[in-house]
Amino acid sequence: MEKVAGRPDSLTDKEFHYCPGCTHGIVHRLVAEVIDEFDLKEETIGVAPVGCSVLAYDYFDVDMHEASHGRAPAVATGIKRVHPDKAVFTYQGDGDLASIGTAEIVHAANRGEEITTIFINNAIYGMTGGQMAPTTLEGQKATTSPYGRDLGEAGHPIKVSEMLSKLDGAAYIERVSVDSPKNIKQTKKAIKKAFEVQQSGEGFAMVEVLSTCPTNWGVSPVEAIEWLQENMLPHYKLGEVVDGEVQG
Amino acid sequence: MGEKVLMKGNEAIGEAAIKAGCTHFFGYPITPQNDIPEYMSRRLPKEGGVFLQAESEVAASNMVYGAAGAGARVMTSSSSPGISLKAEGISYIAGAELPCVIVNIVRGGPGLGGIQPAQSDYFQATKGMAHGDFRLVVFAPSSVQEAVDLTMEAFDVADKYRNPVMVMGDGIIGQMMEPVEFKDIGTDDLPEKDWITDGAEGRDRNVINSLYLDPEKLEEHNWKLDRKYEKIKEEEVKYETSNMEDADVAIVAYGTTARIVKTAIKKARAEGIKVGLIRPITLFPFPEKVINEAADQVDKFLTVEMSTGQMVEDVRLAVNGKKPVEFYGRTGGVVPTPEEIVEQLKEVVE
Repeated sequence: MEKVAGRPDSLTDKEFHYCPGCTHGIVHRLVAEVIDEFDLKEETIGVAPVGCSVLAYDYFDVDMHEASHGRAPAVATGIKRVHPDKAVFTYQGDGDLASIGTAEIVHAANRGEEITTIFINNAIYGMTGGQMAPTTLEGQKATTSPYGRDLGEAGHPIKVSEMLSKLDGAAYIERVSVDSPKNIKQTKKAIKKAFEVQQSGEGFAMVEVLSTCPTNWGVSPVEAIEWLQENMLPHYKLGEVVDGEVQG
Repeated sequence: MGEKVLMKGNEAIGEAAIKAGCTHFFGYPITPQNDIPEYMSRRLPKEGGVFLQAESEVAASNMVYGAAGAGARVMTSSSSPGISLKAEGISYIAGAELPCVIVNIVRGGPGLGGIQPAQSDYFQATKGMAHGDFRLVVFAPSSVQEAVDLTMEAFDVADKYRNPVMVMGDGIIGQMMEPVEFKDIGTDDLPEKDWITDGAEGRDRNVINSLYLDPEKLEEHNWKLDRKYEKIKEEEVKYETSNMEDADVAIVAYGTTARIVKTAIKKARAEGIKVGLIRPITLFPFPEKVINEAADQVDKFLTVEMSTGQMVEDVRLAVNGKKPVEFYGRTGGVVPTPEEIVEQLKEVVE
């Protein structure tokens, strides 16, 4: 029988450990497809994060380097400065990138570090058990914002893409979502472009992917998609982000 | 053999690294080690290497982690509070078994402390430095020439054991000028780096990692690291002894302090006190055997440090109760004088 569909070459056969309804699996697949399509499997070095996707090095069938909390852009910088001709990507969640690793991502972007960052924003800390993230929405409940995020106390949900796009070293930043087949297609297009931008040496590239966390949001996978659409999309607008403005 | 040149310690360390094949340097300014990144920023790009001033020490040590994994000979340098920040990355580098060289030009602490020379980072350097069961190899030069030689050797030792190596000096070693010669001391029988992340061209992929969720696996990993440290203890101990042949008292001191002690010993011997010096050159592995053996000969030990007493604990462990071990220390950036040390010796002898 002819196999007409399967896992991309750049993914291992290892089964994902992610919770039902979590969209890490989709994004992993898209990244791997892009690596395959650009024929970069033997020229890519991935930097795995902390958080739910800490085991990403088990799934991407390319050279992988585990990083500590938030430091993936610094680790990727070290790798890229040794191998400027290779494709280097980081895969980071919102706790990792938007909180503990803010300095690292800001400066990697500002240096125009030629790396590609995949930023998964699900507005909550996943692996540590549903604590408030910098991206948690106003009024959203989390284990450390049990009465809902209070802007006066906890500050505002941070729009990382808008912030980073203001930096001169950031060559390409787009916010996408994996809530629908149409948006998944757009996500793949964005990831592709982020790798192209790296290959062309234009500077830093990041794709912010709005993602779900049914387990820590305490909803079913279907309700999680609806919650993302109803709550995240109005605050985190989709599209390419240039100079702090989403180009819808 | 090259010719002798007059160089400042910090700059000589930078040049030694370049001569040893260091291609990448990631650092962050902090006094009193700034001449190292400054020197590297001038010299490394001209040699085809990369100098990058990171946004913080935390980022710098994680850049080192990435570059070491990618296969480069890489170095970073800092001073005490900066080393504390680098400790996060250093734990990961040790856990993932990557080679790199870290220079610590120690200043007084704790906290912001001061900027004058001290030896108060001994515990930090030799007792694990950051979270987890790991060790650094720690070299403690007591002259600019030795700083040069040990920096060069540090890269080979790091590669040989796939482990971070620290060169620990202080502001005096970093700031003073002495004639130095850059000897070619490189070894060429180092293991091939077949574990690096450089794109998996024509081979299975490599993963650089220190995460072991299964406790049994982590325990296995930690014992494997421990066997490596035991091997380092067997093979890499370095020390110098002087005036020990007829000594009744042995002073144990390292780095700058050991130089001052040498002057003190001359003065003390002129006054009839039979005193010798045991100078650890590696702080880890610690020269415990030579100290233990000396305990069969001398009546007393005196440990002199620019701290409130850190290495003295290792000296006591090495002496293992055979003889008394006294301590004399100045701290916070105060440097002991030969005269004070002689006074202490007189008290110890009485």
